[in-house]
Amino acid sequence: MSAVTTVLRRELAGYFATPVAYVFIIIFLVMSGVFTFYLGSFFERGIADLDPFFRFHPWLYLFLVPAISMRLWAEERKSGTIELLLTLPISTFQAVMGKYLAAWLFLGIALALTFPVWITVNYLGSPDNGAILAAYLGSWLMAGGFLAIGSCLSAVNRNQVVAFILSVVVCFGFLLSGLPMITNLFSGWAPQALLDAVSSLSFLSHYADISRGVVDFRDLLYFVLVAGFWLAANVIVLEQKKAD
Amino acid sequence: MIEAQSLRKDFGSFTAVKDLSFTVEPGQVLGFLGPNGAGKSTTMKMLTGFLAPTSGTARVNGHDLVDDSLAARRCMGYLPEGAPSYGEMTVLQFLQFIARAREILPASRDSAVNDCVEKLQLKGVLHQPVDTLSKGFRRRVGLAQAIMHDPPILILDEPTDGLDPNQKHEVRQLIDQMASDKIIIISTHILEEVEAVCNRVMIIADGELKVDDSPQGLVARSRYHNAVSMVLDEAQKAASVLSDLPEVAGAEVSGRELTVFPASDQLFSAVSNAISQHDWKVHELKLEAGRFDEVFREITRGGMS
Repeated sequence: MSAVTTVLRRELAGYFATPVAYVFIIIFLVMSGVFTFYLGSFFERGIADLDPFFRFHPWLYLFLVPAISMRLWAEERKSGTIELLLTLPISTFQAVMGKYLAAWLFLGIALALTFPVWITVNYLGSPDNGAILAAYLGSWLMAGGFLAIGSCLSAVNRNQVVAFILSVVVCFGFLLSGLPMITNLFSGWAPQALLDAVSSLSFLSHYADISRGVVDFRDLLYFVLVAGFWLAANVIVLEQKKAD
Repeated sequence: MIEAQSLRKDFGSFTAVKDLSFTVEPGQVLGFLGPNGAGKSTTMKMLTGFLAPTSGTARVNGHDLVDDSLAARRCMGYLPEGAPSYGEMTVLQFLQFIARAREILPASRDSAVNDCVEKLQLKGVLHQPVDTLSKGFRRRVGLAQAIMHDPPILILDEPTDGLDPNQKHEVRQLIDQMASDKIIIISTHILEEVEAVCNRVMIIADGELKVDDSPQGLVARSRYHNAVSMVLDEAQKAASVLSDLPEVAGAEVSGRELTVFPASDQLFSAVSNAISQHDWKVHELKLEAGRFDEVFREITRGGMS
């Protein structure tokens, strides 16, 4: 466990030693504000909740999370530090978890910094703060799902741009897998069970209730499982191809 | 102790290392020599557990590098090729990270960091980001990182690459100081370095072990071994006179330089007698130990094996 925290601390400090953290946080806050107040019509709705805020998070994460995750392993490969890291007495699994948790924590920090919107809604009305807290948690878990996908794909090669594009595409697939656009690819030839399985993978449908503050344990479990699956894949990818 | 048995590494259809077996004992400073792309770095990557061999096994102090990788890694310090480190961290932050990763107890972390800062003279750059350092400093940060936990085994991939002559000398002294009870493996293509610090040399070419010998033994393979070289004005004439001596096997002239090859171990005295007999004006006279670069070329080009 201590090896995980060692990696985690180094990574997290690394974010704040470079402009990455500050640029990301500012863009994240500006974008979430734009989505909430313009596209989400926060004021016009006249309802004291944060649905307009949370509703757009999947789309925000779609581009911003791969921007964080693309460097996780591709950069280590490019600079050769992967060789340093993986010859320390740290297992591949510990290294993957350390880096992942640091990035996830960082996303958590960015998410927490949206607190003014929570203050605003409390000032304007009396929202269900429990629901808001649950939605924050759900949003963070979903970010973790995106992040695990991005982390795994970042380990596939040493080019960060390739990692970014692959991650956006795969995340987009996961986001929309419940919509006809994806299910139509399967309907007609695939058995109904597979069709159901694919559409149940959708981030959107699992997140839809969470963003309204309705937290089903199964939705949370879904994101944890997605993250677990991709992180396991991440470890395997690294073990299989360390050198290039 | 390092035991490597039939190590082999394939990258797709390319075989980087073929069937490499050797053991290394404490007190040995082993130099891996070989042309670029010979498989030196790949071998080191397997010994440090970074790459799993395609076949064969390696054990470090009894720990298998695949099955018991973490225990094996704990006995080793490793400077990877190019001395990579996290560029955005300062030297101090980086070394503290290494101390933590090397499981050095919190109480002795500072002294461990200070020790290697001292040894590699990093005090002046302690608070600079690694990215802003010169190549020489980066290499020294890489070395500091490798020796931090005082490992019984050190594996250094081109430890003096990019250093100036003074820094090279310091690193060699450092290696000398640590050599007595450790296993140190360095790879290099600087031949003088092998002569300066190693007591064992392995020449690797095309992924195969060509020679495993001491530096002296390697040099003795040279055809220049025990030959006598001199610089004089009448080189041509002297060559024909000396060729007739029974102690001389042959003579080579290039310009004013004459080299005579030995037929017996009395060569040097025979040559110096001849010089005083004929009263040649000799500007330079030396007994050759052998030429390292010549042996290296012969071996790696497949001349002798």
